[in-house]
Amino acid sequence: MGNIDQEVVNKVIKIVKKKKIDFPESYVNDIAEACIRRELTDKELETLIVRVKKAYERSKVESGEAIGTVAAQSVGEPGTQMTMNTFHYAGVVELNVTLGLPRLIEIVDARKTISTPTMAIYFDEDHKFDEEFAKKTASKIAKITINNVLDDDLHIDYGQMNVEVIISQEKIKEKHLDFDEIVSKLEAKLKKHTFEIEDNKITIAPKVDKRTKNGIQIRDIRLLVDKIRHFQISGVKDVNRVIIRKDEQWVLHTEGSNLKAVLKMEGIDKEKTTTNHIHEIYTVLGIEAARNAIIKEALHTLDEQGLSVDIRHVMLVADMMTADGSVKSIGRHGISGTKSSVLARAAFEETGKHLLNASIRGEVDELTGIIENIIIGQPIPLGTGSVGIKMKNN
Amino acid sequence: MNSTKIYMNGELIGVCENPEEFVTEMREKRRSGQISEEMNITYYDKTSEIYIFNDPGRARRPLIIVKNGIPLLEDEHIQEITEGKLKWDDLIVNGIIEYLDAEEEENSYIAMGINDLNEDHTHLEIDPSTMLGICAGIIPFSNHNSSPRNTMEAGMTKQALGLYVSNYMHRTDTRAHLLHQPQTPMVKTRIIDATDYDKRPSGQNFVVAVMSFEGYNMEDALILNKSSLERGLARSSFFRSYETFERKYPGGQEDKFEVPGKGVRGYRSENAYRHLDEDGIINSESYVESGDVLIGKTSPPRFLEEIDEFGSANEKRRETSVTVRNGEKGIVDAVLLTETVEGSKLTKIRVRDTRQPEFGDKFASRHGQKGVVGLILSQEDVPFTENGVVPDLIVNPHAIPSRMSVGQVLEMVAGKSGCIKGERVDGTPFNLDIESEIRNFLTDNGFEPNGCESLYNGMTGERIEAEIFIGVAYYQKLHHMTTDKMYARSRGPVQVLTKQPTEGRAREGGLRFGEMERDCLIAHGAALALKERLLDESDKYEAIVCGKCGMLSVHDKIRNKIYCPICGEVDSFPVEISYAFKLLLDELKSLCVFPKLILEDKA
Ligand SMILES: [Zn+2]
Repeated sequence: MGNIDQEVVNKVIKIVKKKKIDFPESYVNDIAEACIRRELTDKELETLIVRVKKAYERSKVESGEAIGTVAAQSVGEPGTQMTMNTFHYAGVVELNVTLGLPRLIEIVDARKTISTPTMAIYFDEDHKFDEEFAKKTASKIAKITINNVLDDDLHIDYGQMNVEVIISQEKIKEKHLDFDEIVSKLEAKLKKHTFEIEDNKITIAPKVDKRTKNGIQIRDIRLLVDKIRHFQISGVKDVNRVIIRKDEQWVLHTEGSNLKAVLKMEGIDKEKTTTNHIHEIYTVLGIEAARNAIIKEALHTLDEQGLSVDIRHVMLVADMMTADGSVKSIGRHGISGTKSSVLARAAFEETGKHLLNASIRGEVDELTGIIENIIIGQPIPLGTGSVGIKMKNN
Repeated sequence: MNSTKIYMNGELIGVCENPEEFVTEMREKRRSGQISEEMNITYYDKTSEIYIFNDPGRARRPLIIVKNGIPLLEDEHIQEITEGKLKWDDLIVNGIIEYLDAEEEENSYIAMGINDLNEDHTHLEIDPSTMLGICAGIIPFSNHNSSPRNTMEAGMTKQALGLYVSNYMHRTDTRAHLLHQPQTPMVKTRIIDATDYDKRPSGQNFVVAVMSFEGYNMEDALILNKSSLERGLARSSFFRSYETFERKYPGGQEDKFEVPGKGVRGYRSENAYRHLDEDGIINSESYVESGDVLIGKTSPPRFLEEIDEFGSANEKRRETSVTVRNGEKGIVDAVLLTETVEGSKLTKIRVRDTRQPEFGDKFASRHGQKGVVGLILSQEDVPFTENGVVPDLIVNPHAIPSRMSVGQVLEMVAGKSGCIKGERVDGTPFNLDIESEIRNFLTDNGFEPNGCESLYNGMTGERIEAEIFIGVAYYQKLHHMTTDKMYARSRGPVQVLTKQPTEGRAREGGLRFGEMERDCLIAHGAALALKERLLDESDKYEAIVCGKCGMLSVHDKIRNKIYCPICGEVDSFPVEISYAFKLLLDELKSLCVFPKLILEDKA
């Protein structure tokens, strides 16, 4: 879109200013583009701008409109239809991702730990189509344990009281690993053990010291086997599996998420790479990114179920959740629990607690909200109730 | 390795080392009669657990035992059964047939039919339809229906009216429905025979036409033939029993059955007592409406200390009569006089009400096809066939395809052929060759094999262009009837505590304007409509608030003075609030919280 004729844009801006219209920037660009595409005359352009202005104003929400309730109903009603087929596998075929109602609840609850975190990792311009690089990065990110690179299985010798680890050369080559590196990592981890290396065979045995003076027990060997088997040689923390896919370019999908670590890696497109873990986005990229993530994830969840909800309702939810700079949940510990009105809070949940605390602090309820006014029986300050008559001061 | 845990009726009773052997041995012992045949044993190898059950309340079903791919039930057994030499119980005693519960089914591999048998099978179905229970077994051709419809029908058939017991005239059930002329279904199943459904059926055979009619049967509504109803189709009786007894109180006082005198506290109008006999009990066959007294009764005063100015205890008895329930009417069917275990007089009254089908009554076929009556049409206006057959019921064709209840279509064709033949048709599920038989029979008797016929418009006599599918289906009247539910209220009683309207039809309550309805008015911004619903038409209250301290003031009606209990006689202002909120303020005060109302002029 960057190549719109600046001259036309300026022309549009001039008309907009003359008519005293307040358009968002994207509208000006869109109109300019349409003007070029349709080869509009100046008169036609002016008519277009007036018409767009009318449509724009018509689509605006009027003051006094209950947008919160309408948003709640617009998201809530499709939510009731989602109760069936709650757990669904989609996206990348090999990857299970929570979708449907559980996912939607997860988003609005602003969970710190989500059930199926996943990332989509893209590569920068230089490595977009580099299969080798994608594979290399994948093996760097994916969790690889000794078990993944074994030639056959661990050989336990109860006679010698040692464990033989035979590393498959093919497998480590395929995963871009280095044999010596594995050994040194193992050695760092298992300090109280002796190592014998012979080609690609590592023999590990516990050292005989004070602790094991009664001889090495079978139990010790078994524990050692488990320790070796699950020893992580490479990978990013919290990421388990990585799946390499090629759509238009190479993309990595992960099971588990660690945005911070991945963004530090080389050759990664830092703009496109993302995660479905909203809290992680908040800590790494900030509150605005978290807001966009909430909108994207919520809409995607609804969309996937074949439900279409206007983006503005979801945006309102996201705005409410992120308005004070941190991601708040909707509910007792979040928005509903931190309303200014005592009565509104008491009506929602934990009535006694709120009334008690309010009485201790001597809180004053200004009765500006909806729920408070319904409780005391006054017209709500919304819609027809939002207008009043002001006397002239004589 | 790990030893297997053994649970008996959910309780851990021990462990065993070779579970497979143990389970097999237990089963052998059951089959040979060394252990009760009611014992079921299951082995779960995944969790290394054995479950033994022998407690009551498990659903179990019989299966033929299979050994090495050969069923133990042989032709000679069947021969002996037909000759009457062998009984069902003998088959179980001899270990030919055994009952499995849901748990043990997990360990078995059951063949559907004798042709499917292989070496691995442990059991053979006696008949595929034995896997259905009593309710699902009533559905003919249920193998042609979609499973949700069968599930729905299994639930709905329990709501059908019929001959619920044969001694109903001697019973006083609190509420009971009785279908007047129940019929045995034209299309039966073998499970119907097995469960003696024919002895207490719960429906009637309707001539059903599948067509739209003036839009009165859209959205699953039904059109009923008025003349059929007048001939007694789907007519039922509703019985309600009332009872009370003369309670004895400590101190020698007791209730008394009598026509209450005018001095009794809570005396109703004279009219309410008009049916009562001298003994205070109504006569049978009297017509009663809601509010009429069935049993006149007075009770001793609640507080004996009530002493009048002459110093004697004031004997003002309370009226505690039993009246006909709100919104109900009927004829007194039976009056029963007896006594309780303590020897007090006990009276039970049964009131009967005839229910001819009316708009909104619910009906269902045996295929989960439920609907409510949308029109009752005079017979002369109902379409008729060339032979002059007029359907009892018209259902909408849209009810069939999306629900895939093909069983209903088959039942209607089968019912039609059965009616022509004059004998009942077997519609047992998984009975494969019945369909062609029906088709051939219909063709032989001059009908279309697909069950369609030309119908003629009852009003104009014109032939209806489309061929109409018409047949006989068994329909059930369900116990959701308009008379029991129809209700409206303009004003009426309120609750004592909150001053809000009472809830429920029986208490003449209001219709709840719930949370979601409230949200709708908020979403529309209809602030004043909302206030009207929630305040003006509910618990509006004019509170007088002290302008100084914000507490509710007191209106002394005797001296006509308003004062604040704290500040004394200062300016107080009337404020319109909900009584529920006033109650909240009072409750807060009782908890030593002092809520203050800060008043301001309205903008
Ligand atoms: Zn005061």
